[in-house]
Amino acid sequence: MTVNDLLNVGSFSAVVLAEADREIEGVYIGDLLSWVMGRAKSGDAWITIMSNVNTIAVATLTDTSCIILAEGVTLDEGVKETAEAKGINVISTPLSSYSAALKLYSLLKI
Amino acid sequence: MSDLLTFHFDVDGDDFTSAGQASVQIKKHLRQLGISPETIRRVSIAMYEGEINMVIHAGGGEADVSVSEDEVIIVLTDHGPGIPNIEQAMQEGFSTAPDAIRSLGFGAGMGLPNMKRYTDYMNIESEVGKGTTITMKVNI
Repeated sequence: MTVNDLLNVGSFSAVVLAEADREIEGVYIGDLLSWVMGRAKSGDAWITIMSNVNTIAVATLTDTSCIILAEGVTLDEGVKETAEAKGINVISTPLSSYSAALKLYSLLKI
Repeated sequence: MSDLLTFHFDVDGDDFTSAGQASVQIKKHLRQLGISPETIRRVSIAMYEGEINMVIHAGGGEADVSVSEDEVIIVLTDHGPGIPNIEQAMQEGFSTAPDAIRSLGFGAGMGLPNMKRYTDYMNIESEVGKGTTITMKVNI
């Protein structure tokens, strides 16, 4: 399933869509950035409520397929510009991290 | 070693939000050199953690990266307070980061352990009151 496919199932909306056809290969959930940096895998969709500029740097370095901001969190304009400049997909959802993960599970079956 | 490439970066100690610029830059350079994505990932994560540490604890510092045919060497140097107990600092979860840093999602005590995890060699030289030099190597 690609990032674009996820945007078509409802509950997920694009904040920054830099690489729409990026494949979602797994899921990682976490808000402690160093923890995420140590554990998230390349291609994972990363569900978090952290939305500062360091979040974008961590997504860049870990090569996650997209950041999914849970609980309706979105990005400040400055952070959004950074995400655009670095080519990072950012999606927002009103769902909790848990519900977003369940939804991804039902779609990915992984 | 005739094709040794070196990069030098000053890490600004005042601006936490810009930390990571050196590692993102290195990531770009390594990609241009055709180095494998997994190696690039390891180098840039280890370097980013190091940068963050220098910004949080040492008021910035310097990062030097050299790339040869078979390894990437990262040397991070700062003139901060030094690490009194390196063994303790290496433990996952041990942190001396202030609350403001924690609220940004760092300071979980994972920085140094992550740097070790992602590199093939890591050495810390530190003197209290003088500063810290960390050398890391990643095999290509």
